[in-house]
Amino acid sequence: MARYILRRLFFIIPVALIVSFLTFMVIHLVPGDPARVLLGEEATPETVAALRLQLGLDKPLIAQFGLWFWQLLHGNLGQSIQLQQPVLEAVVQRLPVTAELGISSLLFSLVLAFPLGVYSATHRNTWIDRLVNVLTLTSTAIPVFVLGLILILVFAVDIRLFPPGGYTPFTDDPLANIRSLILPMITLGTGTVAVNMRQIRANMIEVLSQDYVRTARAKGLPERRVQYIHALRNAVIPVITIIGLQVGAIIGGAFVVETIFLWPGVGQLAVSSILSKDYPMIQGIVLLSAFSYMAVNLLVDIFYAVLDPRIRFDKQ
Amino acid sequence: MAIPTKFKNEVETQASQPFTRVARWYRQSANAFRQDPRLWFGVVLILYIVAAIFAPIVSPYSPVLYHPSIATQGPSLAHLFGTDALGRDQLSRVIYGTRISLSVGVITILLGGIVGTILGLIAAYFKGWVDQVITMIVDAVLSFPSIVLALAIVAAVGPSIINLAIALAFVRIPIYSRIARGQTLQVAAQDYIAAAVANGTRTRKILWRHILPNIVSPLIVQATISISFAILDESVLSFLGLGVQPPTPEWGAMINDAQIYLNSDPWMLFGPALAIILVVLSLNLLGDAIRDRLDPRDRVQAMAMAQE
Repeated sequence: MARYILRRLFFIIPVALIVSFLTFMVIHLVPGDPARVLLGEEATPETVAALRLQLGLDKPLIAQFGLWFWQLLHGNLGQSIQLQQPVLEAVVQRLPVTAELGISSLLFSLVLAFPLGVYSATHRNTWIDRLVNVLTLTSTAIPVFVLGLILILVFAVDIRLFPPGGYTPFTDDPLANIRSLILPMITLGTGTVAVNMRQIRANMIEVLSQDYVRTARAKGLPERRVQYIHALRNAVIPVITIIGLQVGAIIGGAFVVETIFLWPGVGQLAVSSILSKDYPMIQGIVLLSAFSYMAVNLLVDIFYAVLDPRIRFDKQ
Repeated sequence: MAIPTKFKNEVETQASQPFTRVARWYRQSANAFRQDPRLWFGVVLILYIVAAIFAPIVSPYSPVLYHPSIATQGPSLAHLFGTDALGRDQLSRVIYGTRISLSVGVITILLGGIVGTILGLIAAYFKGWVDQVITMIVDAVLSFPSIVLALAIVAAVGPSIINLAIALAFVRIPIYSRIARGQTLQVAAQDYIAAAVANGTRTRKILWRHILPNIVSPLIVQATISISFAILDESVLSFLGLGVQPPTPEWGAMINDAQIYLNSDPWMLFGPALAIILVVLSLNLLGDAIRDRLDPRDRVQAMAMAQE
């Protein structure tokens, strides 16, 4: 097991390096002098000249990347133009808000997808199965911002059940926090219900046709027990992998959802940085999103290997 | 294996009656549509394409001219989707919006598909360090949440239709590259490729004439399916103000405009929201139908189900 983890960590290093390099290149895609781009319009010529020297803009690109990467290893992602604050500090401050939104939407999606998937698999080709299929398929066609606005319209404007936006910290008022969470959570979680549900349905169908399920049935176990204890347990494992992949969609979706619902998280910070051309902040958030996405998928792979020994022995 | 009853009837009716070519074609498509109602969404899609091509003819008003005297009117017979804050007809703007969405969608998958296919082809054919380098770069691009990377690229190069399409194509490269690589590995191991190499055929010709035609169909299926993702991503970027710039009519941007009037004039959402949902739903359902037809494993399953 330890060997498998070490191997995975070893393979992730070059990819992480390339990810850093691509993110580093974002600044060089911006037309104009990178030092001026990083400091914003109001910077004095002296500070621009100082930063030029610090970034090594007179050196070859690869050396510039080296300097930048060295700073990165020391946790220095630069200074935000908009906030006049270190990028890392600003992101870490807003992280709990985004994490609350992201984790709750993932849970929302799974809580909905599991019963739907199991029911569809065990009642294949009934009208309920078809209805669930049509509904989940339609849900993937609704852009996240349209769903958000419709939910605001129905549940915050027409019937004032939930606030139309804004965020109350849990520590200030737990109830208000949950009330402000509901609509953004549904908005962000709905998009992934279909994928999860279809995966669970397909896995269940496959598992239910296996011999050990037939054995369980043959020895007279109640059908409910066969489905939920024997079959579901094995049907769950592949779902973990696609959950890892969904974290990417959730991070991207959080940008939109936080903007619509005025949540002071990393996503809203990202969008406002893009609109105000705060490039150090954009660079930092892109890099940190990629790293967290990579970390989640690494954890998923390791977890998967723990659950399924075939994986860790297969690749050796 | 016995012919499932569902298909047997069809065979008999076709054999027992003489048909002209047109009538048979009509009959066959009618059967296909009855068997798989999802194909009707293909008709919807054709309507979108017609709307995009003939936008100036089919749209009742100009999509850009201001008419402040009729601003923010609700839906009426004259303006089916109402008018926006500047008095522009929402229906006309939705119709012109199909041009942006469809073209960005198609350019994105073409660009991403071509670059991804070439990368995957080269990686799998040359193997060794070439393969390792390309695979690592592709993995790195895949390590970014795709919309976040697209946002960053557009933020850097500036918002425009072309930049939007390039950014969205860039984040789609890994999907095609991975499929092309896997397919090429299979095809390149065949004897006829070894024969071509032994003949002294130039590498470019082997890749272009012997391998590419044999790996292209799964890539086309993938491309068809992912147009809808490209359209959705495009609308998200435009909604955030990073896509097409005003006054060009675009669905995501129209919804962003409508957002301000959510309390007073919620119908403003209706036209552009319906346009996006319907086109994405049609593409998804049609993609599903195509995949079911092409994937033999699913077809066997469908036959087994028909027999049950």
